[in-house]
Amino acid sequence: MSSTTLGMILFLAFVAATLGITFWASRQTKTAADYYAGGRSFSGVQNGLAIGGDYMSAASFLGIAGIIALSGYDGFLYSIGFLVAWLVALLLVAELMRNSGKFTMADVLAFRMSPRPVRTAAGVSTIVVSIFYLLAQMVGAGALVGLLLGITTEAGKMWTIIGVGALMIIYVVFGGMKGTTWVQIVKAVLLMGGAALVTLLVLGKFGFNLSALLGQAAATSGPKANPGNFLIPGLKYGTDAQGLAGKIDLISLGLALVLGTAGLPHILIRFYTVPTAKDARKSVLWGIGIIGVFYLLTLVLGFGAAALVGKTAIAAGDAAGNTAAPMLAQQIGEDMFGPVGGTILLALIGAVAFATILAVVAGLTLASSSSFAHDLYAHVFRRGQASERQEVVVARISAFVIGAVAIGLGILAQGQNVAFLVALAFAVAASGNLPAILYSLFWKRFNTSGAVAAIYGGLGSALLLVIFSPVVSAPPPAAGAPVTALIHGVDFHWFPLSNPGIVSIPLGFLCGWLGTVLSKEYNAAKYAEIEVRSLTGVGAEKATGH
Amino acid sequence: MTTREHDASVYEQVQESSEFQDLKRRFRAWTFPMTVAFLVWYLLYVVLSGWARDFMGIKLLGEINVGLVFGLLQFVSTFLIAWAYSRHAERKLDPIADKLRHEVEEKTQ
Repeated sequence: MSSTTLGMILFLAFVAATLGITFWASRQTKTAADYYAGGRSFSGVQNGLAIGGDYMSAASFLGIAGIIALSGYDGFLYSIGFLVAWLVALLLVAELMRNSGKFTMADVLAFRMSPRPVRTAAGVSTIVVSIFYLLAQMVGAGALVGLLLGITTEAGKMWTIIGVGALMIIYVVFGGMKGTTWVQIVKAVLLMGGAALVTLLVLGKFGFNLSALLGQAAATSGPKANPGNFLIPGLKYGTDAQGLAGKIDLISLGLALVLGTAGLPHILIRFYTVPTAKDARKSVLWGIGIIGVFYLLTLVLGFGAAALVGKTAIAAGDAAGNTAAPMLAQQIGEDMFGPVGGTILLALIGAVAFATILAVVAGLTLASSSSFAHDLYAHVFRRGQASERQEVVVARISAFVIGAVAIGLGILAQGQNVAFLVALAFAVAASGNLPAILYSLFWKRFNTSGAVAAIYGGLGSALLLVIFSPVVSAPPPAAGAPVTALIHGVDFHWFPLSNPGIVSIPLGFLCGWLGTVLSKEYNAAKYAEIEVRSLTGVGAEKATGH
Repeated sequence: MTTREHDASVYEQVQESSEFQDLKRRFRAWTFPMTVAFLVWYLLYVVLSGWARDFMGIKLLGEINVGLVFGLLQFVSTFLIAWAYSRHAERKLDPIADKLRHEVEEKTQ
């Protein structure tokens, strides 16, 4: 049996199991709290696993292992930003949000403000961030199938994107938060298990000697003139060729990664799925543990691929290195157990990679459709007059529409270099959402115009700067060098950095401050309420029993 | 609307109470400086990755260099801070928060 057949069988088993879960969850989903927040009845450990399943995207798994395999140390910089970011969520956001919100990020922002403008801004930002992230994953799915299943025709890739999109729509429309959470839990267990297995085999091959693994990685895949550079920063981010702008770009990326997580809507709504703030804390602790261990595994996977597969072979498979982890699985399987072992491990990691994409896109679709229904439809269009039933119907319809839009955009963007969209989603979340959330929770004086200014200021400046950055348009590359800009043939860039965070994050905070002080609005009673509620849990939404 | 206004006045009373102010102070006095500390520690790592590559490349044990150890220390510090926060919250914050919550819920029901 070939690895593509076996991979398909494993993947179909995952699909069958998750569809079963979705069917079960759909029968449990009756109220709005069930649909949006899984009845708030998940335990801290379950939600911790789901946080891992929601957060560890294909960009983390395949992307980081790939960057390490091709550029060495620099992939590690990404993992560290992604992990440390969780401390912001743990210390400042998770518990207070659980105590004072209901279904969406906007619930906390709109608490003491004029609801319509604030919910409109938060809804727009949620949908923009989620669509960017979603698009990156959908395009990744199309590229992955070519590499793993040998489907390379445009039609084959298109049908893969349609298939992934259809499954994601089914999970979200029928299973709601309950179904999506279980899909993410199953995926987290599979991903951790698969990554741990390959890591152990790789370490075992090197006699559990990390230094020997690093040495061979540098010798096989490092620059010929100076292999040691493979083990220090600087081959991908802030290279010597990029000069000062490259180094500042690195800081800019680092800021967006570390401050973005606590502003990502699909992460924030996970805090509502547990009964109390203490469970939210516990789930973030579990999440940090799982995500931290996972990034340690990807470190070994990346250097393992560099050592055993080699940069040349990986770059031939995929220029961005996304196939490094599957290729390593095949190689180490063959080394340890012969050709059959290679076939089985490749199939396993390939199936895990698809499960990873599915769980993440489902979380993103749920976050954006929830915000559309709860913030824009129920509170802005219907001014709070919609019934719970109507809201959930609209949420399901919008999940379908957003899913369809994501499929369409995914097909259109096929073959484009959209990897920057993940970093951009983090930058927007850090620039617009995070200032609004932190000011809402901690700044007495904060008001409607401040919240609106922070979100539109952060979101708008991050988008504008990226449009005029070298990511979107650049001078024609030197002969033989790959074209990296999104638009070919024209050059209208004037912002020197690829990552807008270093400008747009301070700007978002500044807009929030300026908007606040320019408006006289201030509601002392409502601030007292949100402060007391957020710190003590008085009046927090309760779990619904079944 | 009367119940909401009543609620709000209860919240303002609680907000002004010395117990709540104590809870708020204990929360902020721990989390705010710690947030600054781990962000500075992280940015130091990023800045060194950009500007001090020779330092990051100093070998400590075989091929294991300062850069790798520095990166791994970011994992260690993240795990330690998360653990320390949960201890702080359980011992210093939860008891006051629970007591205040019970008091307010009795008043408002």
